[in-house]
Amino acid sequence: MTALEAQQRVIHGRRVVGGKAEGEALVTRETISGWGGINERDGTIIERRHELVGQSFAGKILVFPGAKGSSGWSAFFHMARLNGVCPKAMIFTRMTTKMALGAVVTRVPAMTDCDLDPIEVIETGDWVSIDADAGTITVHKGGARSCR
Amino acid sequence: MQLTDYEKAMLDGANGPAKARAMDLLLRYGQAVGAERLVETRNVAGAFNASTPSIQSIVDKGFDAVYSELNLDSDEVVEIPRVAVPTTQLITGIDNDNWRLQGVDESLVKMQRASEAFLGERGINMCATCTPYQVGNVPLMGEHCAWMESSAVIYCNSVLGARTNVEGKESTGAAALTGRIPYWGYHLPENRFGTHGVNVSIDVDDMMDWGLLGYYVGEVVQEHKPVLSGRLHHPNLIKLKHFGAAAASSGGVEMYHIPGVTPEARTLEEAFGSHRPQHELNFGEAERREAWEKLQSATDHRVDFIMLGCPHNAIEQVELVAHLLRGRKIHPDVALWVHTPRAIKEIARRAGYLETIEAAGGVIMSDTCPAISRRLPEGVRVIATDSAKQAHYLPAIAKVQGWFGSVRQCVDAALTGEWKGGL
Repeated sequence: MTALEAQQRVIHGRRVVGGKAEGEALVTRETISGWGGINERDGTIIERRHELVGQSFAGKILVFPGAKGSSGWSAFFHMARLNGVCPKAMIFTRMTTKMALGAVVTRVPAMTDCDLDPIEVIETGDWVSIDADAGTITVHKGGARSCR
Repeated sequence: MQLTDYEKAMLDGANGPAKARAMDLLLRYGQAVGAERLVETRNVAGAFNASTPSIQSIVDKGFDAVYSELNLDSDEVVEIPRVAVPTTQLITGIDNDNWRLQGVDESLVKMQRASEAFLGERGINMCATCTPYQVGNVPLMGEHCAWMESSAVIYCNSVLGARTNVEGKESTGAAALTGRIPYWGYHLPENRFGTHGVNVSIDVDDMMDWGLLGYYVGEVVQEHKPVLSGRLHHPNLIKLKHFGAAAASSGGVEMYHIPGVTPEARTLEEAFGSHRPQHELNFGEAERREAWEKLQSATDHRVDFIMLGCPHNAIEQVELVAHLLRGRKIHPDVALWVHTPRAIKEIARRAGYLETIEAAGGVIMSDTCPAISRRLPEGVRVIATDSAKQAHYLPAIAKVQGWFGSVRQCVDAALTGEWKGGL
């Protein structure tokens, strides 16, 4: 095994929304509220007691357990897309209608039902390539520089 | 997904482009969630109305464009026909009467009214409340619904025994035009059994304690299905409305059972079906205090805004506020808004509660709430509310400090300008 391979992990899962994307991961162990939990104008988490409060998911591969809170979840991620500040892809572990509809209208590659726990394997800052149609997530540990 | 011939025809455009776009969204959504088919629904409650400046650029293209983009996720603007099944508008951003107090620009009021005229012509009922079950939309046990509004969904599933997932703007938009929604989640009887046992070991009776119980349980069980038993007293519409809204805010609870109270759980055994509880938790004094402390985000005891009625108040709650205010005046530096559906406001007017509350310096607001509208009286820094849901969301949305307490504590703060609430 080369040093490069040692730094790579491949996760298999189910496509929720098709497509490919790559980018830097933003990982949280906490579910996210859409309405009342994010600012759809800049993509930041605004929930008072959330571990990511103040951080933006814009252009990131968002890795999280799933959706919670208001039914405005999809509408807020929909608006985040229209405002150009949605995540590049979503990887989540707990399926709900809020989460599924939100992923659909955000129109970014999305996956769930993974063989490895993505929240354990992926850390914030890792470089992640997702091919939702093929059902694979490739994780380059330590971020973009280490895989180049 | 398996589609019927009728659904395939709709998808292919046989019933017009709007229904085709609606079916396309339902198909994408159904596949995402992993549904095998759609189910018929004749009860849709969603958010259709246009009232925020953030969508002005879409409104400029017309209300067909608003519905196409925001209610169907369609890039193509399609002409929106009359809805196929009974459809309710939930809460909106602007009180059509008290908009000046909200600080709303008149152009937005015109936008909302024009939007409502467009929707009304298409058969969307302007109930304009987060509690459609208080104003005539009371689904039957077992009825398949497509509802938004997390506090209404949990009430619909748990208290009424009707069946809905937490839908969104786009899925309710599609359901209204097609009478279809993915057959998944809470539509399936096997998914409606409890997962977590909650033993309530202290007396839970008044509305504040039901809210604290909901806030605690929601955060612990997240989107699972709690079954509550123990020292629960006098459950009714008001308390279960508050309990559910709290549990759906701190977590994502969409259904719960209270054996002997809610209709799908005559007994504890019936609540869990053939399953065993995955977890057992306790709600005692420590848990009650923990929930209460998490809901307080204020340090300053001088309050300037009191928000009552989230979810929208029942008439009995409006009467209690009127009773507590009768013959008194609220503090000159404090604004008091009491939120209730428009239909209930009419009853409050007839009973004299409206006049009593207004004479004391308070306002009865309908159609909206501060969290949805993101509008509070000007210059507000510290709020107090009887709603766990507003105490959870409003400080983040409006960048204010928040106190949570009982109705009496909140009315007292309105009268004195000072927060003296506690456990």
